Amino acid sequence: MTAVVAAPAVLAVRDLEVGFRTRGGRRALAVDGVNLAVAPAEIVALVGESGCGKTTLARAILGLARPSAGSVLYRGEELDYSRRGLKAYRRAVQLILQDPTGSLNPRHTVYDAVAEGLRIHRIAGNERDQVIGALSRAGLRPPERYFLRYPHELSGGQRQRVVIAGALALEPSVLVADEPVSSLDASVRGEILALLLRLRDDLGLTVLVVTHDLGLAWNIADRVAVMYLGRIVEVGSTEQVLGDPKHPYTRALLSVVPEVLQVEPIVLVGEPPDPTRVPAGCRFHPRCPALAGGSAAPVAERCRAEPLPVLSIEAGHHAACYLAPLD
Amino acid sequence: MSLLEVRDLSVTYRTAGGLVPAVRGVSLTVEAGQSVGIAGESGCGKSTLAASLLRLLPSSAKVGGSVLLDDEDVYTMSFGRLRAARWAEAAIVFQGALHSLNPVHRIGRQIAEPVLLHDSTVDGAAASRRVSELLDQVGLPARMAKSYPHEVSGGQRQRVMIAMALACSPRLLVADEPTTALDVMVQAQVLALLDGLVRELRLGLIVISHDLSVLGTSCDRVAVMYAGRLMEVGPARQVFDAPTHPYTMALSAAFPTVGDPVARRAPRGLPGDSPYAGDLPPGCPFEPRCPMSVDECTSVDPVLVPAGAAGQLAACIRVGQEVPR
Amino acid sequence: MSRAGGSPEMSPSGSLGGRSQRTLARTRRRASRRRFLAGFLAQRSGVAGLAVLGLFAVLALLAPLLFDSAQLDVTRATGAGLEAPSGEFWLGTDENGRPVLALVVWGARVSLVVGLAATLISMVIGTLVGIGSAHFRGWFGGLLERITDWFLVIPFLPLAIVLATVLGQSLVTIIAVIGLTSWPGTARLVRAQTLAVEARPYLERAKVLGGGDWHQMTRHVLPNVMPLVLANTTLTVAIAILSETTLSFLGLGDPFRISWGTMLDNAFSNGAISSGAWWYLLSPGLCVVAVVLAFTLVGRALEVVLDPRRTSS
Repeated sequence: MTAVVAAPAVLAVRDLEVGFRTRGGRRALAVDGVNLAVAPAEIVALVGESGCGKTTLARAILGLARPSAGSVLYRGEELDYSRRGLKAYRRAVQLILQDPTGSLNPRHTVYDAVAEGLRIHRIAGNERDQVIGALSRAGLRPPERYFLRYPHELSGGQRQRVVIAGALALEPSVLVADEPVSSLDASVRGEILALLLRLRDDLGLTVLVVTHDLGLAWNIADRVAVMYLGRIVEVGSTEQVLGDPKHPYTRALLSVVPEVLQVEPIVLVGEPPDPTRVPAGCRFHPRCPALAGGSAAPVAERCRAEPLPVLSIEAGHHAACYLAPLD
Repeated sequence: MSLLEVRDLSVTYRTAGGLVPAVRGVSLTVEAGQSVGIAGESGCGKSTLAASLLRLLPSSAKVGGSVLLDDEDVYTMSFGRLRAARWAEAAIVFQGALHSLNPVHRIGRQIAEPVLLHDSTVDGAAASRRVSELLDQVGLPARMAKSYPHEVSGGQRQRVMIAMALACSPRLLVADEPTTALDVMVQAQVLALLDGLVRELRLGLIVISHDLSVLGTSCDRVAVMYAGRLMEVGPARQVFDAPTHPYTMALSAAFPTVGDPVARRAPRGLPGDSPYAGDLPPGCPFEPRCPMSVDECTSVDPVLVPAGAAGQLAACIRVGQEVPR
Repeated sequence: MSRAGGSPEMSPSGSLGGRSQRTLARTRRRASRRRFLAGFLAQRSGVAGLAVLGLFAVLALLAPLLFDSAQLDVTRATGAGLEAPSGEFWLGTDENGRPVLALVVWGARVSLVVGLAATLISMVIGTLVGIGSAHFRGWFGGLLERITDWFLVIPFLPLAIVLATVLGQSLVTIIAVIGLTSWPGTARLVRAQTLAVEARPYLERAKVLGGGDWHQMTRHVLPNVMPLVLANTTLTVAIAILSETTLSFLGLGDPFRISWGTMLDNAFSNGAISSGAWWYLLSPGLCVVAVVLAFTLVGRALEVVLDPRRTSS
């Protein structure tokens, strides 16, 4: 077997499961057995369709959702869910949300929004200087000009920079970004992504990006993990996963992205999967084009009946598919 | 004769802060069996343009130029004629399919509504036959007519909205952000559906989107809008792959090609933000953000001129000049 | 709409100097006060309401100077019983020969005090319970919600009568009774608004920044709920004044103080209607209507001015 992750992971999840209760009162798992390790100063993209559990996984990593099994590890230590433990953890791991407009209290000025974390943690030092530093690192210069502005006076891109500045003020080591640019204008997107790359290069930030956008992953991620129905179905370096996908789901996902030219689109039939009704065998088999097209005939029995093991945490390129080793 | 011909259309809103020009001199034609994409960012005027095609603008908007639907000016039609034209000749699928359906009525009833409203000879049985036919056309099972909106998924709701728009067999369909908020896989399904309708029913289709890559791959022609103006028009693939206007270049680069080594670890965007329509810079509206502007750009407001491949037009004085990229 | 945001308080960095965020906060507060005032002045009906309230407040405050309290003494009344309005008695007299005008002005004191004090109690309880029941999911929030529901379905009058009987007839009792029975509506309103605010992503952001319950409630929920509470206050004041009138009319008021309610009660029980003494009934009645209407108008105006969406245009 390949060696374990080279650098000690700054953030890891082991056999993580996060449950929720449906309206009918049934229990279902949004995250159903996930292993993932993120090395320091690494950018990992977690991609998948809505409902695949990627946002729930991100919330569990931030300590916002309690896992029903498994654990979240920060620098090798299990997350401490006590009030004090979480507060300390949240100096180190910060969140960037999709909607910068909603992420900012409309009644707070830019200054207050950026200083909020500093005040919560009663961080010593000159607050004003720290706010200036965070704003200029987030690309809002000159920072003083933005102090008294309210969110509604800023453009979408500037708002997202304010949210990023608020996170940076705490000097975190990990940023979790949930669809950080999907609500921004196309021409502004690149600037925000470039900012994330620069923060990694300059400050050594570790970034976990949750997205449905494969182009974004190609733009900035070092590694990509593809999620389907609560599981990671393929993981590896960006070049491996997006350049040479092993899982039929990844291939289908790539084929419908308008930016990928060479391939004929494989439009999957059926609706997105439902975590309250997990199919037997491989979770993807009812929609799998390889199974429907007959190329999976040699392993078809196993696809339909035999559940796949959870992908391990080891480095390298892995796909949860009976076809993968045959390729 | 074109199905839709827009001539030098301008829309200006009267606001408390003065006149705000949202659309400035846009000309566009759509033929039957052709899909035209309009790409642009928030505030560029693309949704105003869409609404103006069917005279759906608020009363604070002043409209100039003309919109010819089958050679008939939408802005000189009587209200009765306009009402008929709105469903039977041109229909619009609005943004936000999730909120456009009434939650307390069954889907079948909502699709039947325009059918019954526009043709008093249709009885209940004929209407429900028409509903099944429409559902089939958009790839949904006929039994879905009995469902309520909350019982179906987002992609299915978008299909229901398209079925409603098709109810009176229009010849032109305007879809405002039809795939926003849908997953890539569902987005691909909806785009394939629209494409099929254009081919089978020889519909004219206008798709409005912020995503140039979606339009570039799913439409016949694309128009790129910025600050109320068309910046570049041409064959869709051509505009997306070989843009000639610096703004289109930036938009195109914002959606990187997966596998393209140039885009790897190099996201590209533009500094600054789109101008507010009420406060436009003199000269070319894109000049403040343009990476290749020259002095002249601050004074000359460029018009569309032939550029690049056949049928491609761009509004930039530097088009045709040797530009270092 | 305007992105330029070139507001006057956005002075160059130099003037913000090293004097830290306190100066900054003050500048900002001044600006928002200015904006609030300008917005309110633009609401004509609100300004009219405020003027009416101001008039009543001044009359209530100046009551001892305008009318000697001796005039209220039944034994020293100067006029005859139920005298019609005249040059001497502008609003006529009551059954004991006391001038109705003096009674109305003195009555304003009690009515306004009861209205404001009861509202204060109702607002504090309603806001605390409302925020608590929305913020704390689980048994505590559930309990608060049940208590709210319980108070909401209890009919006001029987409870008020029972409480007034048990606690004895006094001004404090009246205030307490009204305060303790009128909060559930506010709690409901605050709860709904809190739930709306808590669903906003900035609450999630505050949580991830490390902010605890206290931080979330004081920095984010309360400032976004307060405008609604404030606008609601004026409506509650109106209800409280009406309740005071009702309770006094039913004879549950403080018998030793004159309020508009006790005046109406006295007028009714002394046959003002049958004897045609309209001035005795109409004067306090119209005062109640005027004050209630004025509070409502001010409330409406506040609601419009404090709507955050308004400031964005």
